[in-house]
Amino acid sequence: MKIEYDIIVVGAGPAGSMAARFAAEKGVSVLMLEKDRDVGYPVRCGEAISKAGVEEFISSDEKWITAHINKFSLNSPDGSEAVVEFNDAGYVLERRIFDYELAKTAANAGAEILTRAYVNGLLIENDKVCGVKYEYRGEQKELKAKIVIGADGVESRIGRWAGLKTHIHFKDMECCAQVTASNIKIDSDTLYFYFGQQYAPGGYFWVFPKGKNIANIGLGVSGMVGKKRSALSYLNNFMDNNYPAAPVLTSIAGGVPSTVTLKKISSPGIMLVGDAARQVNPLSGGGIASGMIGGSIAGRIAGEAVKMNKLDHILTYDKAWHERLGKRHETFERIKNGIYNFSDEKFNKISHSFNKIPKDKRTLGRLFTTALINQPSLLVDIAKVFVI
Amino acid sequence: MFRQAKNGKLMIEILPDKCDFCGCCVGVCPEDAIELKEAEIFIIDKRCTNCAKCVWSCPIEVIRFNKEGVSL
Ligand SMILES: Cc1cc2nc3c(=O)[nH]c(=O)nc-3n(C[C@H](O)[C@H](O)[C@H](O)COP(=O)(O)OP(=O)(O)OC[C@H]3O[C@@H](n4cnc5c(N)ncnc54)[C@H](O)[C@@H]3O)c2cc1C
Ligand code: SF4
Ligand code: SF4
Repeated sequence: MKIEYDIIVVGAGPAGSMAARFAAEKGVSVLMLEKDRDVGYPVRCGEAISKAGVEEFISSDEKWITAHINKFSLNSPDGSEAVVEFNDAGYVLERRIFDYELAKTAANAGAEILTRAYVNGLLIENDKVCGVKYEYRGEQKELKAKIVIGADGVESRIGRWAGLKTHIHFKDMECCAQVTASNIKIDSDTLYFYFGQQYAPGGYFWVFPKGKNIANIGLGVSGMVGKKRSALSYLNNFMDNNYPAAPVLTSIAGGVPSTVTLKKISSPGIMLVGDAARQVNPLSGGGIASGMIGGSIAGRIAGEAVKMNKLDHILTYDKAWHERLGKRHETFERIKNGIYNFSDEKFNKISHSFNKIPKDKRTLGRLFTTALINQPSLLVDIAKVFVI
Repeated sequence: MFRQAKNGKLMIEILPDKCDFCGCCVGVCPEDAIELKEAEIFIIDKRCTNCAKCVWSCPIEVIRFNKEGVSL
């Protein structure tokens, strides 16, 4: 370990690992701190990702792929199913291994990694962040850095300590409960989604295959719903009704900050990436791919700033992110607000009309168009998604 | 004796034995009043305003609102 680093990354999830890697690739010194004992564990995720989202950063490897996805099955409250086919759309991962491999790419680029290091404060001089305070095996320590990158996930506090307003409004928090269960007989190439009041009001319920009859089964509901009924009670209800005897291998809680990116994701000496910056796709709740993109942009810019000896350069990160994905997430957020507020009857109607379309023409675009019959104002927003 | 929040007695109670350490409550707390380590969680009493946002957000019902107050 050095006594000072150019860049310290806090949190070793997908966003942190990509920030560390892209910074290290610029030839600057990088340390990534992780509070947990192991990178990649515990896994709080449905683990679905598009192939393109993965391959921008790492070549596909069967070692961390548990299922190859070709279909989406969208299920309405009355039991009707709309199936959309894609070819080779994506994967269900084994994130425990995937996150570990991502961290290894950062290490291979020259970044150092320290686990069991819990960051509990920032060093700040003249209103500029210049390092971190952390607890390591019971000892309180400090480390200086030119730039700190907060990749500390949904529970992020780094930004707040730097004076950025980062707490999530509880209505924007998708509160999730999930089990990984076995003896679940479903198609291993299909992601199953369930919509409606009984499953996950204002959100969705998922069953994602992991091969060998194992599946991630869970849901997310807004804190607004959680006020009345918890995610766990919806999950228990679903399991009792559908898989009462399924052995449960893991059960977890988790949160997804399901909204647009924070207004400000950099300020002198500090940048935020991944869930900490609210870089999750608000429509799907997926944050692995977008977090890696955010991390890579921040890491690259931070590395450049150190190399040029021009630390202000990190402030260009907000705009770079906005242009790459932030702007698109604003559109997704509007669509989400339209779709997830549909009544049960509306979901049923959309599914029935969709199934009248000839099978080979049932694309995601057609599904959206069908949805629009009920909500024409969404048209403009959806058009934008397919255009940008 | 009760634990003291920012605005009177503390009425928020975490059941640590049941917690999954997922961070939902930390993310929504407007006062930065929850400390979460790998497998340890507690409320920083003097920052908490008893707003209950953490209670509503906990996916597995581990935080409780206790209007009687939480004893020391
Ligand atoms: C139930 C659930 C299902 C999901 N399903 C999907 C899905 O199917 N597909 C998808 O794309 N996304 C999914 N997501 C979202 C996805 O998991 C996240 O968006 C993604 O993990 C974010 O990556 P990250 O690197 O920003 O944060 P994380 O992966 O959360 O990593 C943050 C890291 O920072 C560490 N840390 C936090 N605080 C500190 C500290 N003070 N000091 C040191 N280290 C710290 C944490 O221990 C953690 O390892 C799901 C989320 C949940 C909760
Ligand atoms: S009650 Fe409000 S202030 Fe207190 S810990 Fe919960 S969210 Fe934070
Ligand atoms: S939201 Fe609930 S389960 Fe998650 S860390 Fe807070 S108290 Fe624990």
